[in-house]
Amino acid sequence: MRGLWFWAVAVLLVVGGTLGTRALDNDFFFYAGYVVLQFVVLATAWNILGGFTGYVNFGSAAFFAVGAYTAIALDKALSLPLPALILAAGAASGLIGLGTGYLTLRLRGIFFAISTLALAVVLETLVINWDYVGGATGSYIIPPDEVFFFDNFVEALFSLMLLLAVAAVAVARWITRSRIGRGLAAIRDDELAAECMGVPTLKLKLISTTISGAMMGIAGAPYPFYVTYVDPASAFNLFYAVNAIAMPMIGGTTSWLGPVIGALLLGSLQQWATVSISSELNLLLVGVMLVAFVILAPQGIVGLARRFLDGRRRL
Amino acid sequence: MFTADLLLNAVVAGVLLGGFYAAAAIGLTIAFGQLDVVNIAHPAFIVSGSFCAYFLNDAYGIDPILVGVLLTPVYFAVGVALYSVYYTSFERHGEESLRGLAFFFGIMFIVEVLLIMSFGVDYRLVDTAYIGESIKLGFIGLPYRLLVPFAVSLAMAGAIYLFLSRTFTGRAILAVSQDRLALRLMGADPVRVKQVAFGLALATTAVAGALLIVIGPVEPSIGRLYIGRVFAIVVLGGMTSISGTIVAALILGVVESLVGTLYGPSWAPAVAFGFLLVTLAVRPAGLFGR
Repeated sequence: MRGLWFWAVAVLLVVGGTLGTRALDNDFFFYAGYVVLQFVVLATAWNILGGFTGYVNFGSAAFFAVGAYTAIALDKALSLPLPALILAAGAASGLIGLGTGYLTLRLRGIFFAISTLALAVVLETLVINWDYVGGATGSYIIPPDEVFFFDNFVEALFSLMLLLAVAAVAVARWITRSRIGRGLAAIRDDELAAECMGVPTLKLKLISTTISGAMMGIAGAPYPFYVTYVDPASAFNLFYAVNAIAMPMIGGTTSWLGPVIGALLLGSLQQWATVSISSELNLLLVGVMLVAFVILAPQGIVGLARRFLDGRRRL
Repeated sequence: MFTADLLLNAVVAGVLLGGFYAAAAIGLTIAFGQLDVVNIAHPAFIVSGSFCAYFLNDAYGIDPILVGVLLTPVYFAVGVALYSVYYTSFERHGEESLRGLAFFFGIMFIVEVLLIMSFGVDYRLVDTAYIGESIKLGFIGLPYRLLVPFAVSLAMAGAIYLFLSRTFTGRAILAVSQDRLALRLMGADPVRVKQVAFGLALATTAVAGALLIVIGPVEPSIGRLYIGRVFAIVVLGGMTSISGTIVAALILGVVESLVGTLYGPSWAPAVAFGFLLVTLAVRPAGLFGR
């Protein structure tokens, strides 16, 4: 029954959001909504590795940028349609996740975390030296003028990102309920014990890194069409990496719902803050909230809510 | 054209640069290697040291390295405070892995944003008498802007080495890295010892930051380039050893300098990452590990 309920909400959201683009005439809503939904995908992707498995990825921005630059390169070379670009971007980022994981996941988790930090620097170096996609100066992408059904391209992208976000959350939810998810939780709680019980830890960790990386790449693929101008500094911005960690941490890392709550809350707050306060202050806000939540509310909003509900039930 | 004197100059410049890398990494050897506190904000604190040196040099004309040395008590205090928060919030509950990492990542981001807010995103540099001058030994040039940081860095490493091996507190730090319980049985408080050690680790970033801005111009997010470097050095050096850190730093400096000379400086950041990955994949215990 609960499964049915989830899918009903998911379909309703996608159909409702898509029809909503016809009804609502406020373009800013779709501009802002796209960014918030993009963070839902990024936070959910990060949480599959970070929250479910207990391995920290500091290089979310790099995976995101690989997705964006795969889309740019293939759009320039073959001018493939956007869905094909998204798939290719997912494959590229997934492969990078798999490679990094393969080299470092046999060691203590901290080395994986440090490697992802360094990976971001190296991939940025590569892109800066790659003239075909614009090098350090960046490159322009011209989105199509007309799209089927939608009034303009931003609305189409919004609807697409809504679909991707719902799909990402569905994948995360499926993982938590499958054998994979139980295996990942065992790794997170005690890797040595899990290994001793016959859980194939390395294989599961690699699956988790690959899915997580692929999702981040998928989140990045439509980005060039959304901003129409991409340079390495913006695509590899540390802001994405910080948000990808802060949102699940604020929402709660152990369930699929936590990153969604964190992303919707922090993402909307940021959209409001960039417009009404300064953008630097907005960045500071994310950093301070991340530190405050890991210290004061380690289980995030979901944990706080659970504690509140448990407390009431006992009364 | 690639010639012998070019090669020799690259090696010499690499050794000098490696000396500075030792100063950048030595604090992390203490924090990460010996205390097991994964301070990924370490490079961000180095950059903050650079900007302190820039600010005081720009306003009052004080020598940047002198600023770095004078600021060590302040950074020591910040380190003690930071470790206290880290200990009470994460380490005491055994939750340091995921949340502790996120904590230091948040600190790193906050330091970077605060620097951007107060100094902007432009490159800043300091002005002293020795920057721009150099000694000529035959066809080898020794620029003072590399030579002075090299000397200061080795002096600092030597002082830390003596402190750790000769003083009571220093030996207690080495002991806490080996066996916390045994230290407690000997009547010393491991938390106090780790506070002092982490303070010392952070104090080195004030000096390293001053050296960094003597070597070249600095902008707030340059610390990211050093994350791969300093961790690669600490791992390659065998995590806990001061001398291993110095040797690893010199090796990385020379290899980076050679790659920069042969393929262009924009590839230099990739070297540290290659170092890190190869070390982790082939020899996670480091060069001198058992």
